[in-house]
Amino acid sequence: MTSVALLHRITDFANRPDPYPLYAELRKTPVVRDEAGPYLVSTYWEIRSLLHDPRISSDARNLTAEAAKATGQDQDPDLPPNFLRLDPPEHDRLRRLATAPFGPPDTPRRVYDMHGELTDVVAELIDGCRGKEQIDLVDDISYPFPVTVICRLLGVPREDEKLFHEWADTIAAGPDPVVTDEEREAKLESVRRARRELAGYLAGLIEERRRSPRDDMLSAMAAGHGADGRMSPVEAVTTSALLLVAGHETTVNLITNGMLTLLRNPDVLQRLRAEPDLAVPLVEELLRFEPPVQMLPQRTTLADIDIAGTIIPKGASVYLMLASGSRDPQRFTDADRFIPDRSDNQHLGFGHGLHACFGAPLARLEAQLALTALVRRLDAPRLAEDPPPYRPNAVLRGPRHLPIAIGGIKD
Amino acid sequence: MSVDGYLEAFRSQGRIVVVGASLAGLRAAEALRDEGFTGTLTMIGDEPHEPYDRPPLSKQVLLGKVPPDHTALPRRRLVDAEWRLGVAATGLDLAAKRVQLSDGDSVEYDRLLITTGVRARPWPRELEAELDGVFVLRTRDDATRLHHRLKAGPRGVLVIGAGFTGSEIASACRERGLSVTVAERGAAPLVGALGGVVGEVAAELQRSHGVDLRCGVQVTGLEGDAAGRVRTAHFSDGAAVEAEVVVVALGATRNTEWLADSGLGAGPRGIACDAGCRAFDVRGIVTDDVFVAGDVARSPHPLFGYQFLSLEHWGNAVAQAEIAAHNMVSASTDRRPHLWMPSFWSAQFGVNIKSVGVPPMADQIIVTQGSLAEHRFTAAYGHQGRIIAAVTFDQAKWLDFYESEIERAAPFPPEFPTVDRRPEGMQPVPAGFPDPSLPSHGPTVTLSGHSPTDRRITFTPRRA
Repeated sequence: MTSVALLHRITDFANRPDPYPLYAELRKTPVVRDEAGPYLVSTYWEIRSLLHDPRISSDARNLTAEAAKATGQDQDPDLPPNFLRLDPPEHDRLRRLATAPFGPPDTPRRVYDMHGELTDVVAELIDGCRGKEQIDLVDDISYPFPVTVICRLLGVPREDEKLFHEWADTIAAGPDPVVTDEEREAKLESVRRARRELAGYLAGLIEERRRSPRDDMLSAMAAGHGADGRMSPVEAVTTSALLLVAGHETTVNLITNGMLTLLRNPDVLQRLRAEPDLAVPLVEELLRFEPPVQMLPQRTTLADIDIAGTIIPKGASVYLMLASGSRDPQRFTDADRFIPDRSDNQHLGFGHGLHACFGAPLARLEAQLALTALVRRLDAPRLAEDPPPYRPNAVLRGPRHLPIAIGGIKD
Repeated sequence: MSVDGYLEAFRSQGRIVVVGASLAGLRAAEALRDEGFTGTLTMIGDEPHEPYDRPPLSKQVLLGKVPPDHTALPRRRLVDAEWRLGVAATGLDLAAKRVQLSDGDSVEYDRLLITTGVRARPWPRELEAELDGVFVLRTRDDATRLHHRLKAGPRGVLVIGAGFTGSEIASACRERGLSVTVAERGAAPLVGALGGVVGEVAAELQRSHGVDLRCGVQVTGLEGDAAGRVRTAHFSDGAAVEAEVVVVALGATRNTEWLADSGLGAGPRGIACDAGCRAFDVRGIVTDDVFVAGDVARSPHPLFGYQFLSLEHWGNAVAQAEIAAHNMVSASTDRRPHLWMPSFWSAQFGVNIKSVGVPPMADQIIVTQGSLAEHRFTAAYGHQGRIIAAVTFDQAKWLDFYESEIERAAPFPPEFPTVDRRPEGMQPVPAGFPDPSLPSHGPTVTLSGHSPTDRRITFTPRRA
């Protein structure tokens, strides 16, 4: 059995700006047990096959006690898992209920119809930067934009953002691997507290919507849909908390990583300015090249699984290193190059299979609109700091700030 | 003369004729140009329309969501071909390398690709088939006529045959609020393609959506009124059903009659070709210059005992066309085999059905995920102790896994637990396929023996 000690280097904050050389090292052994306990899967085809493998569970209750403890993924005694941490059939039922007001087949035009509204939100945020010589892309645009959108979509008052911002950040750091027992305990406690508080807040809102429904997803989830009935109050809370946090903590990084990459590749920035349609393949390439979700650390095995010559034993903790798989030279030519119109780009940025990103259509549209508007309207943008300061998160990775010097804002 | 020299000249100035201008023909033409073929390209199609997509014809078109003429296939690139549409090929002279056309003209080729596909099998009694209100559904024109009639709100629709097309038509009719009777000779809908266990689920689906499903019966006759409009259908069990529209969905017939005297290994089961898409002649010798792709082809597949598979699958048509095109303009050492994993989908009664592998080869079936009763499940099919196919109802996201299990001949029944393995899914049961030697309209995969010149199997449509 080969074993490596790479996980602590990947989570080491010093390596946050550029974890990709570590992934390259990891790929030398496609499936390997890390000293810290989990099995790391780092190559494209192996990750993809496990994402479709019905012997892989997302439910922490299937971890061995030892694996659960080692990775800090004990069951939260206060709240049941959301559908990201559930297997079929429970997962399927909740995801269908959440999809009913969001996408096909019942609401196929939901995201499409938000086009105009999203364009306006971005335009207003950029207008707000007039008169500045330097903007912080994160605080000025890429954070407030998706937050405004997810709040409107769910029906959460935007002005309550200062309330739940802290909770969302704490929860988003939850999946990050920790090293010491003390860290683990402290984090578990703070994540649970944040989940409790967010749940309490959302429970109030959902109860309100149950009594007087509006045209938003909280109302729809409270009302239920068709043969699946409706979510229990606690299911509605865990599901809406998941969507709120996911809407908060991922697209912000996609937009920020996008602008950072464009500023590092001025020729591509110029091209996007001249050809706005390039935004579509460009965002796909971003999802491959600088994905907001770097790894999925919450899978486990229901049986011994033989993959790439290694047997992952039943109940082991398995980390699927998505960002590494998307840079696998066995799958992508010039994998370390950013090629905005790359063809055959089936990246792992949104995962794959059963748990493929729920919000993907919205995230794509948000990133396409934001980047197109930014390159069109920011005059002479350049990076004020490279690399920028990063958030601590290793899983949901992205800059905390992205200072950009600008000549002004164009109309 | 060097053969390589010939190939270079052929690639730059050769003449390629593609007979059959639908999905496989179009994709092959595009692939030929992608491969760098710069000679002349002639596309011959018996329908007057540019290539169009057929899957929507039994779904969105019948529901009025897509107009029939909005089904043109998207073009991947310019093909710079001479299009001879509305003209059928009527004969092939292998020695002279010439295709005869229905307008009396003929076209010469250096290499030929045959993608003539299949057509709907008509109602066998010609006089009854001519009654007003009796339809088949294969072409865009068929769909236009049927949609027009369904839109008018007929008082009763009878669908004869509960294969995929028949079931999809019944589903569209119910969605339109029409009263529908489905008559199926087998024990259940889809039984030929998916077997009796899954067929039972399909039957439940139909009945729960208000279809008057009659299995184990044959339609013995159609009766019209004085004006020649169909009114009544008589069943073998003595029942009679009133219907203003009758859709005959008895499967497809391969378009090979035009090759009858050509010397090519073509017959009712299709045109036999090798894994490189080269057609066999009647002696079992592979031809150098005649290639086949799409629904009309039968080619051996190593994963399935080297049986010659005929696949009426959208994805197969595309994949095989691309392989055929590549091989037509490549040296023999650069040729590729067509080793496509059979797969297809259907949408009916709100359920997405998908399949990989070759279910009709199976002797046993086991539900590995979900539950038949909930109409959401994944079932694995076993053939002599290995996985040979898998079918999902609303669980298509798992199919990649089963596809790789089929590819590596994984053992059946699968012993491992899955994220949703139920007690009912612990024991395999007989898959319940009807005798494959009997002609059936159901299967979209036809296993037709091991030898390309196997003439022992003759297709004799049973008289109704």
